[in-house]
Amino acid sequence: MEFKFEGRLKRVTQVLMAIGATALVGGFLTDTSDHHQRWWANLLINGFFYFSMALAALFFYALQYATESGWSAVLKRWFEALWGFLPWGAAVIVVVLVAGKLHLHHLYHWMDHTLYHEYMVEAGDHVDYVDEMVEGAVLNPNYDHVIAGKAAYFGDAFFWLRTLVYIATFLIFARLFRKWSLQEDEAPSLDLHYKQFRRSALFLVFFAVFSSTLSWDWIMSIDTHWFSTLFGWYVFSGMWVSFMIFTNVSMIWMRSKGYFQEVSESHMHDLGKWMFAISMLWSYLWLSQFLLIWYSNIPEEVTYYMSRVLGDYKVPFLLMFFVNFAVPFYVLIARDAKRNPRFVIPVAILIFIAHFVDVYLLVIPGTMFDHNHFGFFEVGLFLGFLGLFMNRTFATLAKAPLLSKNHPMLQESMELHY
Amino acid sequence: MSKIFHVMYDDDAKVMAAASELVGQGVQVKDVFSPFPIHGIDPIIGIKRTRLAICSFMYAMTGTSLAILGMWYFMIQDWPMNIGGKPSFSLIENIPAFIPVTFEFSVLCGAHGMAITYLLRNGTLPGMPASNPDPRTTDDKFVVEISTDNNSMSADELEAAIRKTDLLEISIKDA
Repeated sequence: MEFKFEGRLKRVTQVLMAIGATALVGGFLTDTSDHHQRWWANLLINGFFYFSMALAALFFYALQYATESGWSAVLKRWFEALWGFLPWGAAVIVVVLVAGKLHLHHLYHWMDHTLYHEYMVEAGDHVDYVDEMVEGAVLNPNYDHVIAGKAAYFGDAFFWLRTLVYIATFLIFARLFRKWSLQEDEAPSLDLHYKQFRRSALFLVFFAVFSSTLSWDWIMSIDTHWFSTLFGWYVFSGMWVSFMIFTNVSMIWMRSKGYFQEVSESHMHDLGKWMFAISMLWSYLWLSQFLLIWYSNIPEEVTYYMSRVLGDYKVPFLLMFFVNFAVPFYVLIARDAKRNPRFVIPVAILIFIAHFVDVYLLVIPGTMFDHNHFGFFEVGLFLGFLGLFMNRTFATLAKAPLLSKNHPMLQESMELHY
Repeated sequence: MSKIFHVMYDDDAKVMAAASELVGQGVQVKDVFSPFPIHGIDPIIGIKRTRLAICSFMYAMTGTSLAILGMWYFMIQDWPMNIGGKPSFSLIENIPAFIPVTFEFSVLCGAHGMAITYLLRNGTLPGMPASNPDPRTTDDKFVVEISTDNNSMSADELEAAIRKTDLLEISIKDA
């Protein structure tokens, strides 16, 4: 059945986008925080959350090829559709980063260039910052020894190079995968398949590094003094599970509307298993990061958790962890529950929101400190980005047949039996 | 006098085909012996889904409870411990430190309980007598067991139906 992006689905995404646009404007006008910090922080949160879901789709797609997995061949076009949001999400993140560099907001403490110089010289109406004691120089009160030690990593050239390389790599690979996938529809070609296989393996090498470093650069650097070597995997598992949730619910909906009829109960069960398993991976990484920092109790590390576990963000932080771990664990552990939309959908919606709260709490405590507000703006922007994400995804989905032709493992996928 | 048929096949696909054919004619298949699990044979011959997973969950929950109870007694009640510079002496505040042990003990109990239950239920604990009709089913042959006891057909009718399938050999015993 041919999928067309129109009618009620399109209107729903447009309404959501309209809500988002209203929230964007209204939020900016009503935001009384310094430099519209709250507005920018939420833009980063939403941009990153939805970008990372599209990115996880790209990762998962490459994973299927690199492992020569057969089961997912019928879902291939769906994964490709999710990449439709990649450039949009990347654009939002770049806008936030550029605005930070222009000092329109102070989400990233390290973007303050006065932190890096130990001395300063007052010269009339401005101040020159210098690294060495010179004639007339005084100590720079803003100097931050720890951040100055990271100067090479946060230097303009290297920082922008990294950000652009991440985004370019993702966009180029997504474009190539899509191109080859459509090419394969025209004529069967094992060469093309093996090319995808090799390029997917190559992509995973890049992704393994970039998924960690991009989360350091864009998210972890908000708490500039703090670091966690596990942070990249933690963010990565979060993006993966959000993507699995979105895929699972969308597939339930698409199948009920008569699309993707090749996706069987067994595929839905497998998607449920992924949702369950990656929830556990995320919980495991959450605890691993928390446990070591909490019990080693080193001041420079544990401050990150002081605001989250003991401070203002105690309730959402611990509740978010409880929901993301216990709800999928106890509800989805049974085989029949994973195959039953009446169990899957409520759990999926609940943990989707909880994973958004997870990303929210990666950014907010380090940017809004103890004067954060949560209101219609946050909800509206979340819904608006959801609308944009769905809009781009379904529009991309409508551009190609839902079932790819000539994929060598298509038959295997259709006969998947569990 | 009831009879037991042991029908041997040399390929799992042939077993599947034969089983669906026989079941289609209303024959009750008692069991299938195979050197490896044959995917999709269970619903054909009407084997109920295993409840091993439920057992495993209960064993693991027992492990969880025992681990938490044990650590509460050792570390909080009997000899209060200062854990990671946090002398709270409270189970709930120290629970993060107890999670790894709780997890490991749950896995230990779940896995061992499940393995022992499986071996007991199948009668394959070390030293138990083998119950498969032909030792070749542990190598590369497949045996379908059909008994006249739970079938309404007569022995001759059954044999005729069985002979139509792509079998290797057949042995008929009086039960």
